[in-house]
Amino acid sequence: MAAPEPALRTRDDIHTISLFVNNKPGVLVRVALVFSRRGYNIESLVVSPTVDGDFSRMTITCSGDPATLEQIIKQLAKLIDVVQATDHTGGDAYETEIALVKLRASLHERTEILQVAENFGAKVTDYGQESLMLRVYGASEKLDAFIALLRPYGMRELIRSGKILMVRGIQAT
Amino acid sequence: MATAIPTGAEKLVQCLEREGVDYIFGLSGGAAIPIFDALVDSRIKLILVRHEQGATHMADGFARATGRPGVALVTSGPGATNTVTGLLTALMDSSPLIVISGQTNTANLGKDAFQEADVTGITYAVVKHSYLVKDARDIPRVVREAFHLATTGRPGPVLIDVPKDVSSGPCDAPFVDDVDLPGYAVPGHADTASLEAAAALLHRAERPLLYVGHGAVIAGAGKAVTQLAEKLRAPIVNTLLGKGATDETHPLHLGMLGMHGTAYANKAVIHCDLIMAIGARWDDRVAGKLDEFCSGAKKIHVDIDPAEFNKVIRPDVSLVGDARLTIEDLLPLVEPNDTRAWVKQCETWRRQYPLKYPKRGGLRAQHVLDRLHVLTGGHAVIVSDVGQHQMWAAQFCKTASNRHWITSGGAGTMGFGWPAAIGAKLGRPESEVWAVVGDGGFQMTMAELATAAVNKVAARCLIINNNYLGMVRQWQELFYENRLSGVDLEGNPDFVKLVEAYGIKALRITRPGDVDRKLKEARAWKDGPVVVVAEVIKEDNVFPMIPAGAPVSHMIIEAPKHRLEKPVGST
Repeated sequence: MAAPEPALRTRDDIHTISLFVNNKPGVLVRVALVFSRRGYNIESLVVSPTVDGDFSRMTITCSGDPATLEQIIKQLAKLIDVVQATDHTGGDAYETEIALVKLRASLHERTEILQVAENFGAKVTDYGQESLMLRVYGASEKLDAFIALLRPYGMRELIRSGKILMVRGIQAT
Repeated sequence: MATAIPTGAEKLVQCLEREGVDYIFGLSGGAAIPIFDALVDSRIKLILVRHEQGATHMADGFARATGRPGVALVTSGPGATNTVTGLLTALMDSSPLIVISGQTNTANLGKDAFQEADVTGITYAVVKHSYLVKDARDIPRVVREAFHLATTGRPGPVLIDVPKDVSSGPCDAPFVDDVDLPGYAVPGHADTASLEAAAALLHRAERPLLYVGHGAVIAGAGKAVTQLAEKLRAPIVNTLLGKGATDETHPLHLGMLGMHGTAYANKAVIHCDLIMAIGARWDDRVAGKLDEFCSGAKKIHVDIDPAEFNKVIRPDVSLVGDARLTIEDLLPLVEPNDTRAWVKQCETWRRQYPLKYPKRGGLRAQHVLDRLHVLTGGHAVIVSDVGQHQMWAAQFCKTASNRHWITSGGAGTMGFGWPAAIGAKLGRPESEVWAVVGDGGFQMTMAELATAAVNKVAARCLIINNNYLGMVRQWQELFYENRLSGVDLEGNPDFVKLVEAYGIKALRITRPGDVDRKLKEARAWKDGPVVVVAEVIKEDNVFPMIPAGAPVSHMIIEAPKHRLEKPVGST
């Protein structure tokens, strides 16, 4: 097995920011520049349409010191194309993420792998002679744990969608 | 005969006319020809510059002198990239600059066409907002939005990139009066709870200090701030860009604070028990070493841009709003404390540590600027460049009223002064306008001598010529064992001859005894621009000085006898 097993990363220092933005060219660059200028790394970023086609939703996860993050959110809110910028960290929101995992999965390991998959509610989306593809969704922490358990089985590919989030109840995200 | 549908360029120019634009500072080129063509039939006066950077600084100087947006018009590719410095300068100092750039045809975008540059891409980081207009029908909306954004809230530069097919094609869209910008709100009045909290802190303060910045200039908050200072009996200090927001000759005014501020202003900063920033942003040249800056003092911060709160300093009370409205709202709420001892102490410092310079040893910049201030009665608009002369001008040319001091503060753009003075003079023809520049900065944009000459712009220019990049030489002398590197401007031209080659009146000052006579002669010159070259002593230093990154208490008031540590701050 080539890759060293990464420590299970704590998600306490990861922030989720939700932006409601104009659906226009260049908005993504303006947003990205706010992060890059301060050397702040984006962990994941999802851009998707909203009910109203004039606007898009950006859901961004990132980690770093809180003072810089406060400044980043203010600078994001300042962008003319950003209608609303909210830090949802610790807020009451439903969060989810999807991951696809491709494993070498030799025949004698498959039973164990499928047991792990079943426990995480993962679905087999491709069953080949030499590989196995699994799809799992849920909280990012759950995906972290799932991936950590499967790493010893020779992971060929990993793709995560990045987190999306919606505030619970009648309140808008 | 039916009215012909205007071209995009014609519509653009009509929109600019509707915005009240009377000058455009521009340099033409292929992709911008349709717009220049439309200007032929317009009442807007085109000022043809010699370099696009000059156009941006002229428009910026016009904006700062008048409070109205300045407009620059350039072509695609290098024409547009030459505006990047001007955009940064305007962004850092919150100046309403509009840059309109020609662009290659929309069909050629991204195909490396001749003089194509990704101008919106290159400029994202130096604009308040920007537009790439791909449909001529968007022109009226974009222009209205651009002017609204540039001039409201915290002002700043807006770029409009116009492809040639858009400017030459038809535009039948109607004019637009209202803007619909859901992501943009302009703060006005601060909230009552914060105002009351601020008033309570001010009432308790025994040693209050008002720290006034460019936001107060932009908002025209001077009268209200002066009333607040008088009601509280609180001294005032201002930033480099805050000069003129309130009268620097007011008895409660201690002048400029910060790296090269007056010693008495900085003494007040060290000893105050409350500091109230009004349209100022605790810049590193003001605050120095942050954890020691006013560490025991309460802090109140008034700003129209909420992103300024907690950016550098965590204020005890933050008031988001227009500086004038906020101070006007605050005035009836404040109750003065007894500050007599504090004001007296500040007066003592003022007497103890006056600004001064040696009267011997040849011609000194301070002497020339001191006399310029006296001879103009403090009524001239002073437009400085960047460097030692800028700091001496800030110290010795006390600014009495709003928009009488223009300088590149945040960006520190050398080459700003002379073109900005041309723009300022065009915007304020009734005012006496003096550019104060060094020999280094002047040579960066001196091509605009032609612009001033051709248009008979009666801006005056004082070149403080020490044949050095003096501020860096000063740092090298004080902090780098006088190992001079890259500061000697040997090969400078004879500036008098150079200026005369443009057909511009030029005068030279070489001795202290010449100063008054030559400055008076320049002031009496009414026929277009005039340049005064002061050949000052080569080696002179600006004091007081707080080394970059050091606490305010480490201020060096006079030339030090011993070698100094290298500063920890970057600039």
